[in-house]
Amino acid sequence: MPGNEIAIEEVRERLETIYHAESGRILATLIRLLNGDFDRAEDAMQDAFAAALEKWPRDGVPENARAWLVTTGRNKAIDALRRRARFDAAQEKIAQELEAGEREEQAADKEHVGLEDDSLRLIFTCCHPALAQEARVALTLREVCGLKTEEIARAFLSATPALAQRIVRAKAKIRDARIPYQVPAAEELPERLATVLQVVYLVFNEGYYASSGASLTRADLSGEAIRLGRLLLELLPEPEVMGLLALMLLQESRRAARSTEEGEMILLEDQDRALWDRAKIAEGIGLVERALVSRRFGPYSLQAAIAAVHAEAPDAAATDWPQIVALYSALLEMEPSPVVELNRAVAVAMFDGPAAGLSLIDAILARGELADYHWVHSVRADLYRRLGKVAEARAAYGKALALTQQEPERRFLEKRLRELEEI
Amino acid sequence: MKYICLGYIAPNKFESLSETDRNAIVDECLSYDDELRANGNFAGGDALQPPQTATTLRWVNGKVSITDGPYAETKEQIGGILILEARDLNHAIQIMSKHPGVKAGPFEIRPAADLSEMMRESEARRGGKA
Repeated sequence: MPGNEIAIEEVRERLETIYHAESGRILATLIRLLNGDFDRAEDAMQDAFAAALEKWPRDGVPENARAWLVTTGRNKAIDALRRRARFDAAQEKIAQELEAGEREEQAADKEHVGLEDDSLRLIFTCCHPALAQEARVALTLREVCGLKTEEIARAFLSATPALAQRIVRAKAKIRDARIPYQVPAAEELPERLATVLQVVYLVFNEGYYASSGASLTRADLSGEAIRLGRLLLELLPEPEVMGLLALMLLQESRRAARSTEEGEMILLEDQDRALWDRAKIAEGIGLVERALVSRRFGPYSLQAAIAAVHAEAPDAAATDWPQIVALYSALLEMEPSPVVELNRAVAVAMFDGPAAGLSLIDAILARGELADYHWVHSVRADLYRRLGKVAEARAAYGKALALTQQEPERRFLEKRLRELEEI
Repeated sequence: MKYICLGYIAPNKFESLSETDRNAIVDECLSYDDELRANGNFAGGDALQPPQTATTLRWVNGKVSITDGPYAETKEQIGGILILEARDLNHAIQIMSKHPGVKAGPFEIRPAADLSEMMRESEARRGGKA
C-alpha cells in the first residue's frame, strides 16, 4: 500500500503491545498447528514477529494482526523444514503433513473456532500433573504469559541456566512421554483444573508474600497471576476460577496498606483501610457472589468469601467475625488443614476472647502439628499479649523469631518484643 | 511358563560409553534377542525411555494422584509388568487409573523407546544377517 507507510518505531510499539497481549494465544495456536512441537512453535513465533517488523512499515498493519502472525509463523516453520529437507528426507514428510493440516483447516473455514481452545490446551499442557511443580510454574509463565526465562529466574531468585534447564526438561518430557496437546475430558476436568489453579495461586503468592529480592518484579508476578486468572475465567467460567480470581483481587486490593514505606509489615487489623483498592474489592466481591450462588464452589471461593468479609468491614472491630468463623469451618470440612484451623482460632479469638483462641491453638500443637510454623507462635504471642501475660508472650515471640525467615516479619516481631520490654 | 525379566541400568551409563563400545553392546544384545526369537523364547519386550519421562500413579486418600518422575521407594518391590497400548500419556493415565492394582501399590508409567533406527544400524553393522 503506497502512501500508507508507517514509521518503524510505531510498528515496533504496536508489536510490543501485541506481544504482551497476544503472544500466549499466538503460540498456543502455533503449537497445535505444528503438531505439538513447542520449540518449533517458539521459533516460528519469533520469525513471525521479525517478519512483521520488516513488512508492516511498508505494507501497513494487517486488519487481523494475530491471524497474520499465526499464518506467517506456520509458513516460516514449513519453509525451515523444507530447507532442512535437502539433507534429511524425514523433514519433507513433516512439512507435507503440516501443509495438509493447513488445507483441511481452510476447507473447514474456521478462522476463529478453536482459538480459545488453543489457549486452554496450552495452559493444561503446561500445568500437567506429570510435570514437576516448579516446571509447571516456569513453563506457564514462559509459554502462556510470554515472560522471558531471565525474568522468571529473577522473580524466583534462581539462576537463569538452572531455570532454562528446567524448562528444557519439561518440554522434553511433553515430547518424549507424549503428553497430548488437549483440554482434559469432562470427567478429568475438576482435578486437572485444580492443578492449574494451584499453579496460578503459587505465582500470585510468590509475588505477594515473598519479602526478599527486587520487590517490583515480584509485584509483577502477582499481576501476571491475576492476568492468568482473567484469561482462565474467560476461557472456562467455572466457579472455582471465579473464586481464585476473587481471592487474588481481594488480597491484591490491600497491597498498598500492608507495609510501611520502609517495608515494615502491617497486620490486617492495623491497616489503613482507606488505602485499600475499592475497584479491586468491588470486582472481587462480585466474583465471590457468582461463585457462591453456583453451589459448586470449592476452597478458593470460600477463602475469597473470607477475604470479602474483611473487605466489607470498616475496621477490625466491626468485622463480622462469626461469619468468618463459619466460613473457616466450612473450609475445614472441605479440606482439613492445621493452618486453616489456626486461622479459624484467630477469628474465634476476635469475638470469643484471646483465651478461647489460645485453647484451640494449643489443641493443634498438642496433636504435634505446626510446632515449627513461625506464625503459630507469633499468633500465640499476640493473644498472650492481649491477655496481659507478658512472660508467656515474650517466650512465644522468641520462638517465632527463631523460626521465621522473612525479613519484614523478623523486624515486626522484634518491634513487638521491644514494646513488651517497655511494659 | 512365562517369565518376565526386568533389565536394570544406571542412568547415563549407556551414554557415557564410547561409540565403539556402545555399538558392540547393542549388536551383541540384539543378535542374542534374534536368537531368542528364532528359538521361540522371546514373547515380547521393549526398551524404556529414561526415568525423566516417567509418571507415577499412587492411590492417595481414595483417589489416584499423578506425580512427576519414576517410582523410587524401596519398600515395595516390582510385582509385575503390563505392556500397555495407549494413544498418549493422558490415555495411559486414564486407563491405568482405573486399574484396581493401583490401590495395592503404585504404577510407574514409562514410555517405550523406539529402537527401530538403532536396530537398522546394528543390522547393517552385523552384515544384515538377521
